[in-house]
Amino acid sequence: MTRATLAATPPPSWTPDQPIVRLADVHKSFGSFEVLKGISFDVRKGEVVCIIGPSGSGKSTLIRCINALVPVSAGSIQVEGIDVTDPRLDKLALRRKVGMVFQQYNLFPHKTALQNVMMAPIHVLGQDRREVEARARILLAKVRLAGKEDAYPGELSGGQQQRVAIARSLAMRPDVMLFDEVTAALDPETVKEVLVTIRELAEEGMTCMLVTHEMNFARDVADHIYFTDRGVIVEHGPPATFFASAQDERTRRFLSQVL
Amino acid sequence: MSVPDPRGPGEARPGALPVLLPFALPEDRAAVRLRPAHLWLLAGLALVAVPAWAQGGGGALSPLEVVIKWAPLLLTGFAFNVAISLMAMAIGTVAGIGLGLAMLAEGWILPRLAWCTTQVFRNVPWLVLLFFVMFLVPFQVTVFGIRVPLPDWVKATFGFSLPVMANVAEIVRGAVRSVPNTQWEAAESLAFTRRQTLWRIILPQCAKRMLPPWMNVYALIAMATVQASIVGVTEMLTLTAQVHAAEGGRPELFAPLYGFALLCFFLYCYPIDRFTAALERRFETR
Repeated sequence: MTRATLAATPPPSWTPDQPIVRLADVHKSFGSFEVLKGISFDVRKGEVVCIIGPSGSGKSTLIRCINALVPVSAGSIQVEGIDVTDPRLDKLALRRKVGMVFQQYNLFPHKTALQNVMMAPIHVLGQDRREVEARARILLAKVRLAGKEDAYPGELSGGQQQRVAIARSLAMRPDVMLFDEVTAALDPETVKEVLVTIRELAEEGMTCMLVTHEMNFARDVADHIYFTDRGVIVEHGPPATFFASAQDERTRRFLSQVL
Repeated sequence: MSVPDPRGPGEARPGALPVLLPFALPEDRAAVRLRPAHLWLLAGLALVAVPAWAQGGGGALSPLEVVIKWAPLLLTGFAFNVAISLMAMAIGTVAGIGLGLAMLAEGWILPRLAWCTTQVFRNVPWLVLLFFVMFLVPFQVTVFGIRVPLPDWVKATFGFSLPVMANVAEIVRGAVRSVPNTQWEAAESLAFTRRQTLWRIILPQCAKRMLPPWMNVYALIAMATVQASIVGVTEMLTLTAQVHAAEGGRPELFAPLYGFALLCFFLYCYPIDRFTAALERRFETR
């Protein structure tokens, strides 16, 4: 496992040759229950990382720590040199770099698909409305939702809503995309359309971190797979070696159940 | 003389008298359908006509004539009630939205302070609040050397706006809380500030949900404005009592005069209530 060195001072400036996300000994407790017990790994720019593992192993918590939705208890996380665990962290600056897509899509139900995509660039980044709209239409076309611009989330299928959510996130031009079990709430037939979208994104060089149960997707698209159980990384590696020759008993048991 | 039909009464027989057939009401006129409009009409008629008919005659004006004679004055009083209620509602709504948002604010002191304020004004009798405002607020205030008189009705309006404020605050808080937390998370992860999230994402979603309970509060405050008569504001109930006294306090005038006041309030508040219920149903099905 690549273990990030705990530097005494954060790097003054981040350069693209350094890992874009660095996790170093991340701990997280809810009350007396320790969900994450020291997670460390690096993600390089353009890499696609899948985090797999049984339910309740802390995968979602881990990914939520990266954009500071959940504060960590100990350890450090850096995104492009920004220290996420710094109490003086500018959360808004961090979240402009990190996009997130949720299991339940979480679209704004009172806005159309197009408005959902346009809102953040207009109100958060203060960009010109006409430019934003043009780009939002391109993004919706890219996730194969041309023609659905004026549909409200309630009128769209789960898979369509999730693709709007991806477009909404991309509209902020993030450097890293986090996907938190984005296909877990979908019908089997719509899972594919969402995975295809993510795969295209990965092929364009977007840095992606996914918590997923889609093993075939992980095998095909991921550059690196981390298997977590009870708050620790049990095993990791590139998909070819990870799936072919898992060493740990827990990993093998998990893979035999899901494959 | 009639011979019982061996085939029973239900079966049609050529030449049978219709009267022998079982009695069935046509569907569309099965019963007298009482619609709200009919009720109001009947209530109005009963209130003015029955006592008038029972107690009319003699040299004095009949109760109906008394009501008609004084109706313009009494309706002026009613308009005053409506005006007080509308102003109290306007002030209370603005203050209540502020108080409700203060309850949802971040930090330690502000939400707690707002919560306590809300609880106090929500859980005391409106009349007691009214008394407090009437006797604690001076009859005039001096602002930059200009004396601004505060007549009783202004103080009463202010007094009624306090419970409105507390109830509206609770409506706002409840509505905002009813929006799933995931909406906040989604907005947060798009780098929206808390304020932007509240105004652009959360409040637009729950504004509709706030409307029916808000209208409920209005109907209650409209009916409560008669309490202003107790503290000496010349509104409808005060005027009704004065009219009754002016007509010699005849006991038979009591029911028609106060019945008129009842009718006015009912005619004003009932449609609001129906409209509220209709809105509630519509939002439920959505």
